[in-house]
This record gives sequence, C-alpha cells and structure tokens, in this order.
Amino acid sequence: MSADYLDGNALAGPFAEIFAADVTVAVGRCASCGLTGPVAGLRVYAQAPGLVARCPGCEEVVLRLVRGPDAAWLDLRGTISLRIPLPGAGA
Amino acid sequence: MGIISRGFQGRRRGDDERLPPGQYLTEDFPVLSAGPTPRVPLDRWEFTIDTEGGQVHRWNWQELRALPSETPTVDIHCVTTWSKLDTRWQGVSLDVLFEDVETAAEYALVHSYGGYTTNLPLEDLLDGKAWIAYRYDGEELEPRHGGPARLLVPHLYFWKSAKWVRGIRLLNEDWPGFWETAGYHDYGDPWREQRYEGD
Amino acid sequence: MARLTWRPARLVKVREETASARTLVFDVPGWPGHLPGQHVDVRLTADDGYTARRSYSLAGPDGVELTVQRVDDGEVSPYLTEVMRPGDELEVRGPVGGWFVWRPANPAPVLLVAGGAGVVPLMAMLRARRASRSATPFRLVYSVRSPEQLYYADELAAPDPGVDVSVVYTRTAPDGEARPAGRLTAADLGPSGEADCYVCGPTGFVEAAAGLLLELGHDPARVRTERFGPTGE
Repeated sequence: MSADYLDGNALAGPFAEIFAADVTVAVGRCASCGLTGPVAGLRVYAQAPGLVARCPGCEEVVLRLVRGPDAAWLDLRGTISLRIPLPGAGA
Repeated sequence: MGIISRGFQGRRRGDDERLPPGQYLTEDFPVLSAGPTPRVPLDRWEFTIDTEGGQVHRWNWQELRALPSETPTVDIHCVTTWSKLDTRWQGVSLDVLFEDVETAAEYALVHSYGGYTTNLPLEDLLDGKAWIAYRYDGEELEPRHGGPARLLVPHLYFWKSAKWVRGIRLLNEDWPGFWETAGYHDYGDPWREQRYEGD
Repeated sequence: MARLTWRPARLVKVREETASARTLVFDVPGWPGHLPGQHVDVRLTADDGYTARRSYSLAGPDGVELTVQRVDDGEVSPYLTEVMRPGDELEVRGPVGGWFVWRPANPAPVLLVAGGAGVVPLMAMLRARRASRSATPFRLVYSVRSPEQLYYADELAAPDPGVDVSVVYTRTAPDGEARPAGRLTAADLGPSGEADCYVCGPTGFVEAAAGLLLELGHDPARVRTERFGPTGE
C-alpha cells in the first residue's frame, strides 16, 4: 500500500531548473527526527499539486516544491541544513 | 507552448460548457496524495468544529452516520488540470453540522488525519455548498480517495476538498493551509482559474 | 554547469525489446553527455496545449536512448510505445540526477539489482563499463516475471568478461532453468563480497531487495536505490 512514492532522484529535474548544483546529492538533516541522508533518499510524493519530499525515517515533510507558470515555490522548513558538495574553491 | 508531439492526445479538452478554463476531462479518478494514506479505525475517528471562542463541537463515526445525509452529484476540478463530471457522493451537509455552532468567524482552516490542511472562507462551506462525504459512487469511500470521510466542496479546486478530514478550525483571519503556503491560491475558484497565488 | 531547460528531441530509431516495451533513440542537438544511471524528464504537448511530463532513465552510455514499458491505462507510455514514429518530436530536460550513477573511474566491484523495467539505468552502467573498457567486476541480478518480459535478452546473454548476469524469474521460468520461479531471495543476491550496490525497480521491489542486501551485510551507505512509481509510467 505504500507504493505511492518515488525517491528523491525524482527531484533532480525540477531542481535543475532552479539551481546550478545538483541538490539530490546534498545531505540534509530532517528537522523533525534528526535523520541525516541524501536528498536522493527522501520519499517523494509526486502525484500531487506539487512535489512533497518526506523523511524516510519519520515520514514528516522535509521539503516541498511547486512549479507555477512563471515561478517556483520552495519550502525547506522541514530541513535543518543541506550540505551541497561543490568543486574546490579556486579550482 | 512547447513543441507539439504529433499524435499525442492525452486528455481531451472537449467543448463541454461544464469544463472550466484550462481543464481537461478525465474518465478515471486520479489519486493525488501528498503523503502516506492514513488508516483511521472507525472507533477512533472523530470530526470536530473548533470555534474562534474555544468551543469544540465533536462527532464520532456513529453520530456522523446518524445525521441526515444528502446525495449530491457534482463536477470536480483538480488544479493539476483534470476535471471529472457527474461524480456521485453521499454525505452530511456542513449546514447540518453548523446548526448549533455559534460563530462570527469568517475563515475556516480544515485539517486532516495525516497533517494536511487547507483554508477557505466559512461562507463557502455553508448554504448547500459543502459536505462531509463518506460514500462515493454507491460504495463506502476508499482510503485512497479520502475515506472514511473527506470534505467535498466542489465549487473550488479539489485540493480544498480535504481527504481524511478530521476537523474545521474557525478563525477571524485567513490562515493559509498546506498548498496555500506553497504558492497555491487562497480561494481557488476554477472558473476564474485561481490556481496560483496572485491569479 | 548551468540551469537546465527543455530541449527538442527528434525520434530517429526504434528497437522493440518485448511485446510491450521498446527502445527509442533520439537526436538531441547540444546534448551535453551524461553518466550512466542518470535520467531525463520528458515533456509531451498535444495540439490543444495539454502537456504531460514523465521521467525515464537513460539506457545507454551516450546520447538519449530510452526504453519504455507500455502501461495500458497510461497516458504517456502508450504514445511512446505505439504512436510515436521516427521524425516525431518531444522535449527533454536533462541529464539529471547525480546520486544513482556509476563512474567508470571507480574501481569498486558493483552489484546491480534490477526489478522488471528497473534494469534500464543498470544496463546503462553495464554498457558504460564496456564502452570504457573497464575491468571492474560487475554482477547483475535481474528479477523478471517471465522470459517474455526480459529486456536486452541477446545483449545480456552475450559473453562479457568480468560481468556475471543472473536472471531470476518470479512467475514463469524457461525450460531447463534450475531455479524454480519465485520472488527474489537473499540466496539470489549472495554470496557476494563488498560492492557498490545499485537497486532499481518498482517501490515494493526496491524495498524488498534493499532489505535483503542489508541482511547479507552490505553497508547501507553503499546501497543506492531508485524507485519508479506513479510518474515512472
């Protein structure tokens, strides 16, 4: 009955439209239960008016992304922080 | 518009006057969900109306089912652009549930099992415009479609018709719900195509 | 790396994989290349403006090649598998997804676990291994309902030194198959030493297979998964 979600890999396209770095490889911490893991490992509910990514540990909402015709809304309040790997400074 | 793919049809627009702008007809009943489907045992189910003054009105499952019900046949319009015509429901009109509720509040925040919320003006829940629905198309409402009971407020986009409804909080000020805090419209009239904030 | 936009893609070639799945090869001007395991978002627009969007894994190491399974009540896959002809166009956005990827420079042994159509991004990894002449040991365990459902059957049957392929039939096994038909078990996945594990398939399959890998002692940090579900159509 829980076959209704994807994983965070499904966020790659929608995020690539907004950010230059690949957010799915970022490691985040759930604001609700403290679990850390890659954005790619979140549970993504995509059959909805927007994308809802939930923590695989506690199922609370970690982030939400809505794409309108001329804007996107991003809600990260369920995330304490994201560590986004980047090329070395000055490289 | 992007590049047109020859021969791709998807859903049809049709020319039905009952189809609001930007909507497409569907025959099936797509299941939309922002999270796992809550399982609510009927013996623990309840529905509440909390007034701005702190009064709580409460119904358990037997009490809800004992109330007089109606069987509306309505068109529903999802903001993701599908519309489904002539859907048949059974449920209790919000007018019945609000009969003994003393309130001067203008806004309602609907909340659900599983944590979902949505906001709308209280007047949009009254005067025969909204129901707590527990049967669909002659069957008990399935959990994936919001069972045991969901709000049905078909004159607004369907995200306002909260699945797994648990209660209504009455407020003096509009308090945006789950999708309304993420870009969706506070009111959501499909005929004025109020999809996103600012539409 | 810049933000991505939609690019036109023209269908140039089609290969039938099974009675209900086919591979579509697209020409996408300016395609920047990709890593095996990455996917693309596909957008279809009807002449009345209706649009539908889906994600598909890239099946090959180069260019835009997708293998699509027809879902009978779907809205996009019947078009891609039955209606679209060479010369027709759609739009793609990608490549995207940097998590579920294999990098040919990584020398660690690899265990690929596929459920049904989940074999597609794993096939891209196998093909990239071959294209890069990598000697990294690969093992593919491919769970499929019946022989008729097998994608890339000839290619997987051809000898590929350093690659071990085993097919697990869950409903109907072919004649002469020693293993009786049945769902994937720990025995199908083991014994295996340390490996980078990639699991792809429907959500239920991925949960089960990832659970078996952990039971066998694989490091959770080295088990990467990709589920496809409602929008994977």
